[in-house]
Amino acid sequence: MTTIQNKTVSPIDHLSAEDIENLGKELDAIRQQVLDTRGERDAAYIRRVITAQRTLEASSRIVLLFSLFPSAWLAGTTGLSVAKILENMEIGHNVLHGQWDWMRDPKIHSTTWEWDNASPAEQWKHAHNEEHHTYTNVIGKDGDLGYGIMRVDEEQPWHPFHLGQPLWNLINAFMFQYGIAAYDLKLGKNLKSKERRNNPEFRARVKATLRKVRTQGTRDYVVHPLLSGPSAMPTLAANVTANVVRNLWTHSVIMCGHFPEGVETFAYDSIDGETRGQWYLRQMIGSANISGSRFMHLMSGNLSFQIEHHLFPDLPSNRYQEIAPQVRAVFEKYGITYTSGPLVGQVASAWRKVIRLSLPNDGKMSSARAAERPIAAVAS
Amino acid sequence: MTTTLNTVARLLTTPLVPQDFFDLINPLASSTDLRGRIEAIEPETVSETTRAATLRIRVGRGWRGHLAGQYVRLGVDIDGVRQWRTYSITSSITSKPLQTSHITVMVKAVADGLVSNYLVDEATAGTLVHLDHATGDFTLPSPMPDKLLFVTAGSGITPVMGMLRAHRDELTDVVLVHSARSADDVIFGDELRALARDEAIRLIEHHTVGRPRLTAQGLTELVPDWKRREAWACGPGGMLDDLETHYAAAGLSATLRTERFQTAAIPTGDGGAVTFTRSGVTTETNNGTTLLAAGEDAGVLMPSGCRMGVCFGCVVPLRSGAVRDVRNGDLTSANPGDGVLVQTCISAAAGPCQLDV
Repeated sequence: MTTIQNKTVSPIDHLSAEDIENLGKELDAIRQQVLDTRGERDAAYIRRVITAQRTLEASSRIVLLFSLFPSAWLAGTTGLSVAKILENMEIGHNVLHGQWDWMRDPKIHSTTWEWDNASPAEQWKHAHNEEHHTYTNVIGKDGDLGYGIMRVDEEQPWHPFHLGQPLWNLINAFMFQYGIAAYDLKLGKNLKSKERRNNPEFRARVKATLRKVRTQGTRDYVVHPLLSGPSAMPTLAANVTANVVRNLWTHSVIMCGHFPEGVETFAYDSIDGETRGQWYLRQMIGSANISGSRFMHLMSGNLSFQIEHHLFPDLPSNRYQEIAPQVRAVFEKYGITYTSGPLVGQVASAWRKVIRLSLPNDGKMSSARAAERPIAAVAS
Repeated sequence: MTTTLNTVARLLTTPLVPQDFFDLINPLASSTDLRGRIEAIEPETVSETTRAATLRIRVGRGWRGHLAGQYVRLGVDIDGVRQWRTYSITSSITSKPLQTSHITVMVKAVADGLVSNYLVDEATAGTLVHLDHATGDFTLPSPMPDKLLFVTAGSGITPVMGMLRAHRDELTDVVLVHSARSADDVIFGDELRALARDEAIRLIEHHTVGRPRLTAQGLTELVPDWKRREAWACGPGGMLDDLETHYAAAGLSATLRTERFQTAAIPTGDGGAVTFTRSGVTTETNNGTTLLAAGEDAGVLMPSGCRMGVCFGCVVPLRSGAVRDVRNGDLTSANPGDGVLVQTCISAAAGPCQLDV
């Protein structure tokens, strides 16, 4: 893909500056409508999900004490995999976004929450909430565009290293939680120079991550297996499986958010002086949804409503599905494409892009680069 | 051994703690997070102008007991949001606090009071509540003075009711002057009158409908031997100010203890003085200035992030006062004792406020 500023035909050329501000107002109204009705029903929802997740995790781990029996192994591993996915997606990701801070419950709050992921909550919040959600899809500013190991946009410069990116992506999928931790540490950038390596703040963050990796590894790969006695090895295998299943699933869902075809990217300087309306517009055309069943939405942490999530990252996740038709109507009214598709198709689309961009561009892009224009200029 | 078990249990449940799983079974069993369950709500008065109810609360493990006259902070989830308010404990005490399984608190519905109206009208038995330990120094000394005077008005009777119930057998000469709109408005009216009939106390009721409020001067006429009595007073600020002045003038300040209920009304306006308590800085702000900008301009080391209300990287506790969301005008307020986390990048002062940073 090409950043929207460099496209010959921009999908938002038909919008006037006034249109963009009006669109922003309509989205603000949708947000306000959720805030006005946010209350007991929502609080009950997240408490129910947390209770269900903890019950499922505890019972799965108890079943795994007897994982010597194949049926117990299967049931326990399935349960634990689902529990770990719920914990990361519908609960962890969304609590850490501050979606439930309004309840003023210190036990379900972005400032106190810690999750079952190699990346400590504090570091993830910085890289994800602050950088990715603010600079969404801006080349050179949003590290989520390829996580620093892949090229997912034509305008990201090609390097021979990218030839291997289908393999890097596959490895990253299997070890996704460690990939995220390394990414949140900006490991690639920080290991490059001696000065950065020795920065005490960086070293402290590395230490915190390693401590967390060790504790969680001890839990899944030592303590629970040992507790299982004769079932130690099957339990170990179950825990490895559950972590890998969770990694593969979250990696796939997250790839669908911004990598599939139809998602727009933005040039480095394009967001200077961006208005609220322009920010909304960037989120609208920079994200893609996944269509599917209620269970799929729950398991994706409602990131299947990536568009709604990016427009309103702090609204409770259970509301995204409810407001999706209204959001879609705004897209239609302003003639903007609402990118959405079933999971398998979107994952395939993202993978195609990873494979295609492992090779250099066909030459058109690198030679004739249009002058970079800010989003406002495109829109006017 | 216990520590080894604890370490293993923590490893089993990390990043959660074992208590998070026990809470699924019995939230009252936690000794780290004090909780309670409302077991009964009984209307306390019948008057149209005063509505009050006594809440009987089963207290969770870890409750350290209370002294008569103390109060407790109660956290209830209303419309999904946890709200904390302070109420006097009215139940008697046992000599062994660990055996105490219940407390009662009295709640008077105040006009526009979110929590008090909820507790009196809507809350049901079975509701889980969050508790702080009992606190407050509005208590009776040991040994007990021979002659006591209580001066109360309205819901100011509640801590005194707790004292009368707990120490009934030790009290010898008690005068209670209580002020209320009418006889029907007297909270615990029946119980107080029964105590008076039994000559456990001397009760003087002052009803204010069509009559002037009770003044300290008026009190000295009702209780001629007031100077020889140790006094406890609880009621509206004006009444307490009047009493304190009166006692000070007589050189008897040491014999008067007062208890002031915090007012729920938080002044709100556009802009205001923002105090950054840890930094010891106060700065005047106007309507458009965000707390983040005000703090940074004043040299306070403010946490910050996206600066547009998205990332929650800038939240700090609001200790008191009110702030306004600059995006939609929504107000958020905190009473002293609270620590409501607010996003400073999209909040502006709505009256004087204190931030814990």
